[in-house]
Parts: sequence; C-alpha cells; structure tokens
Amino acid sequence: MKIIEAENLKKQYNGFKAVDGVNFYIKRGEIFGLLGPNGAGKTTTINMLTGLGHITAGSVKLMGEDYTRNAIKAQALMGIVPDESNLYEELNGRENLLFCGALYGMDKKQREKRADLLLTQFGLQEAAGKPFKAYSKGMKRKLTIAAGLIHEPEILFLDEPTTGIDVAFARQIRNLIKDLHKKGTTIFLTTHYIEEAERLCERIAFIVKGKIVREGTVVELMQETQGENIIDFTLGGDFSAIQKDFQNSFPGFKIISGENNSVSIQSSTSFTLLPLVKFFEERNLPVFEAKIVRPSLEEVFVNVTGIELQKMQNDQSIRPGPGQKGSV
Amino acid sequence: MKPWIAFSNILMKDMRSYYLKPPNISWGLIFPVAWTLMFFLRSPVAVEVRDLLPGVMALSILFGTTSMLAVTITFERKSRSFERLLLAPISLNLLMLAKTAGAIIFGVINAFVPVIFAAFLTSLSGINWLMVLASVVLIAITSTFLGLFIAVSVTQVFEAQTFSNFFRFPMLFLCGLFIPLSDLPSFIRPVSYALPLTYGADILKTAVSQNGVIAVPLSFFALVLFSGFLFAYSIYNVNRKWIL
Repeated sequence: MKIIEAENLKKQYNGFKAVDGVNFYIKRGEIFGLLGPNGAGKTTTINMLTGLGHITAGSVKLMGEDYTRNAIKAQALMGIVPDESNLYEELNGRENLLFCGALYGMDKKQREKRADLLLTQFGLQEAAGKPFKAYSKGMKRKLTIAAGLIHEPEILFLDEPTTGIDVAFARQIRNLIKDLHKKGTTIFLTTHYIEEAERLCERIAFIVKGKIVREGTVVELMQETQGENIIDFTLGGDFSAIQKDFQNSFPGFKIISGENNSVSIQSSTSFTLLPLVKFFEERNLPVFEAKIVRPSLEEVFVNVTGIELQKMQNDQSIRPGPGQKGSV
Repeated sequence: MKPWIAFSNILMKDMRSYYLKPPNISWGLIFPVAWTLMFFLRSPVAVEVRDLLPGVMALSILFGTTSMLAVTITFERKSRSFERLLLAPISLNLLMLAKTAGAIIFGVINAFVPVIFAAFLTSLSGINWLMVLASVVLIAITSTFLGLFIAVSVTQVFEAQTFSNFFRFPMLFLCGLFIPLSDLPSFIRPVSYALPLTYGADILKTAVSQNGVIAVPLSFFALVLFSGFLFAYSIYNVNRKWIL
C-alpha cells in the first residue's frame, strides 16, 4: 500500500525551479531514500510533503487522501526530524518529548508513557532530566528523532539524520533507523551519503537540480553497473603527469579519478591487466597494487548524475559517509 | 486530535519559559514606572497619582507585551524551534493565538501591578472597574498583536527590539497620556489617532478620572479594528514568509 504519493510536484521561488516536477511514492513499511547533492531539492521536497512549504504545482496524497492545499490532517500522521535539531534548549529531554506529544493532542498519561518508552529505547533515560542545551550533538539528534516518533506516526521523515555528528553516534542512529524499520515504521530519508542510502534504503531516488533522475530498488539501480569493469591502481609515481598519454593509448578506458599515486579506471568491456601494467612500467610508474572494485551505488550515482562523489561530500560535510573510500 | 491540548501546552510553556523571567519584568514594569516618575518629578504643577495611573497601566501593558513577544518569536525562529510548532497538526490561527495568549495574560497582570501600588498612595473610589478591565484586556490584545506584527516583520532579535521601539516611543509621546491630544500640534494629531494606544489610554482615562476625550464605544471599536488588522496581517505574513 502506498503511504505517500507525490505527483508532478513543483516548487518555484522567484522564477527559480527548486523542485521541478518530481513523481514518487513510498510504500508502507519501507525506507525510501532521496539522494542528492546540496541544493538538489531534498529539503524543499520534504518541506512540501510535510506542510512546511507551499506547493507551486502538483499534488501529494497521504494514504490516498489529497492534502496538497491543507496539510493539517496529514501532519497528525507524520513524524518530522529536520536536518538540525529544533527542540527547546531550555527544556530537559523528557519535557521536550512531553511538549512534542502535546502538540499532537496526546493526553498527559499517554505522552508520559510514550516519552519514557522512547527515552529508554534511545538510551537517553539518564539524560532525561538534563536541559537539551547540555546534550551533545549526537544526543540532540537522537532526542529529535524520538520527538518525531512521540505520537507513533504512520511515516517518519528524516532529513540528513547523520550529518554533522561523529561516526559513533552516526552508527547508533543508523542502527536505530534499522530497528524502527524492523518494527514496521515507514521512513522517508534524505541523505547525501551514498553508502548510507545503500545500507538503509529499500528504494532510492536520485535528485539533481530539482529533478528525480533515477529511481528504483538498490538491486534495480545496481543492475546499471553490470558489465562495468573498474580497477584501482596504486602506482610508484604521480599519475597526472602521464594522464594525457594514457588517454591517447587507451581510448576505451574512462578515468574515474586520478590523483597523485592512485588512479581508478573504468571500461565497459572486459580487458587484461598486462598492457596496462606494461604501460605504467614503461613510464617509470611501477604498479604496487591493482584492485578490482565491486560496482557500487556510487558508480551508478556518478554515471547517472555526472556528479563526482568527492565534490558532493565536500559541499556538505567534513565527515565521510559510512565505509566510503578515502577521506574528505 | 485535541487542539486545546496543544494550545494549553504552548501557552504554559511560554509562560514558564519567557513571561516570568527577570528581563520581561524589567521591561514590563520598571521601565514604565521609571518613565512615569520622571514626568511626575519634572512636572511644574502637582500631579495626582490617580492622574498618572492610566499612563502607567497602558505603558506597562505596551512594554510588557511587545518586548517579549517580538523577541521570543524571533528567537524561536532563529533556533528553528518555531518550525516544530508550524509542523504541528493545528491551524495557524490557533497556533498564533496560543503564542500570543501568554503575552496577553502577562499584559493584563502587568497592568494591575501599578493599581496595587496606587491603592497604597491614593483613594481609588469612583473608578469604573469594568471599563478598566475591558480596556486593559483590549490594550493587551492590541499590543500583543503589535508585537506579533513586529516579530513576523524581522529576522534578527536585535531588529525586533529596534523595530519595537520604532512603534513604542512615538506612542509614548503621542497617545495623549502625558501630553494631552489637544496640546499637540495639529499636524501631529492625525498620527496620534493612527496609534492604537491613543484609544486604549483614552478609555482608561475615562474609566479612572472621567477625563477622556474620545467616545468610549468608538475607542473600543478602534481597538478591535487594530487587533483584527494586526493579527490578520501577521498571519498573512507568516504564511507568506515562514511557510515557504
């Protein structure tokens, strides 16, 4: 069953098309990921879906009911976790949850029970009495997610849930998301961490410049890389000096990245290593390591969008995504 | 969904977090008292405490409501906690009424603190208390909605304070509290009649000392009109500027 359905959704600010006719749906119980670089239209899309932004054109439905012009009824069924924690600094953790429960019209007893349950589930029971301003960034993010769940929503919107927090907390939050998914919570997740999307989401849409350029399950998207052969070389010298020579000698290869002593190359046909090794050695660049790279969602993303991963990460954050190659 | 639970909790949280804090008490009470004392001491003729009462009450409401509401809403916008309220499944009108209800209550309470002090200094017999209460409530509502209007017109906390003073200080001089409207130059008088506090202060003068100059029903009508306009315009601005 489709929980959310967006049809030809558009958002325009003073002539600028922030979201340009996106179509997608989210099925009950799944984690749907919207993946794209900074400024792609992810947050604008979430804002339109949650009633925090007016819709220029198109429609959104929640469980079959159109709420394009009036989101109040739909908002009662949504939990929203923004990219930055937006709870009250002066209230403590428990008070924040109780207040958020009250905003959804929950009775006192009902919200107290739910707040205590969530504090335990999120490992925050010891910090429950501390003011929110005394929380670490990771704890703040956890409590913000708990606040999004206080009224047991039909769907949880998570906007960049691990951005700006340290690796350990990011891991905890990903595990929490997995647990919520196991319990049947429908999750709409936006992220710019490709591997995070790959690990957590069942279906993913790539959004670039306000348009969804590809959408499918992880398996469907990965099929696009079948037949792609990628190999990473670690060389005994700087590759950039011979890059032009390499491209002239091997026109069938695409250089994905080539910096200092390492180079990643790609070919859509199978090839043997020996001519390549010979080429490098003839130019005084001994090959120390040659590694076949398993095609990943990253390759699909780069192929489809033309956006270099490194650039996307640099735009967004200082922390690399989980298990991503290299460091930013 | 029970919207009244959201309404009462927003109100209670604001009362606890903002309205009972020292900065608000200083702006809402100490400043108007000091200002009035200044007039009292500088006046060449003896001034009756009772004559000063409408002024102190009106200014206590004005400063108490506008300063805090304009600052807190701007602050919540900056810290993005206001977004959480906008995402709650309640109408924008109800949300803004909940946000302003605390300031209105605080304004009404503020207005009666000078009355308590005055009771020790002079006789308060012959005052039309029903009219006082009605005017205090209406001044509180209008001033609070003025604070809301200021809050939705600025983005920074310091701008809220500056913009508040842009309205408050002219009102202080031009609303007829300390300088009678008839003594103001004729070209300034239209400005006085464009200020909501002129009507509120005049009702208070009538209720306390029977020396108001504007017909009471007209003043009540003007205050209701100002309140309706300020609230409607603020809601329009929230819709236009904050719900992108």
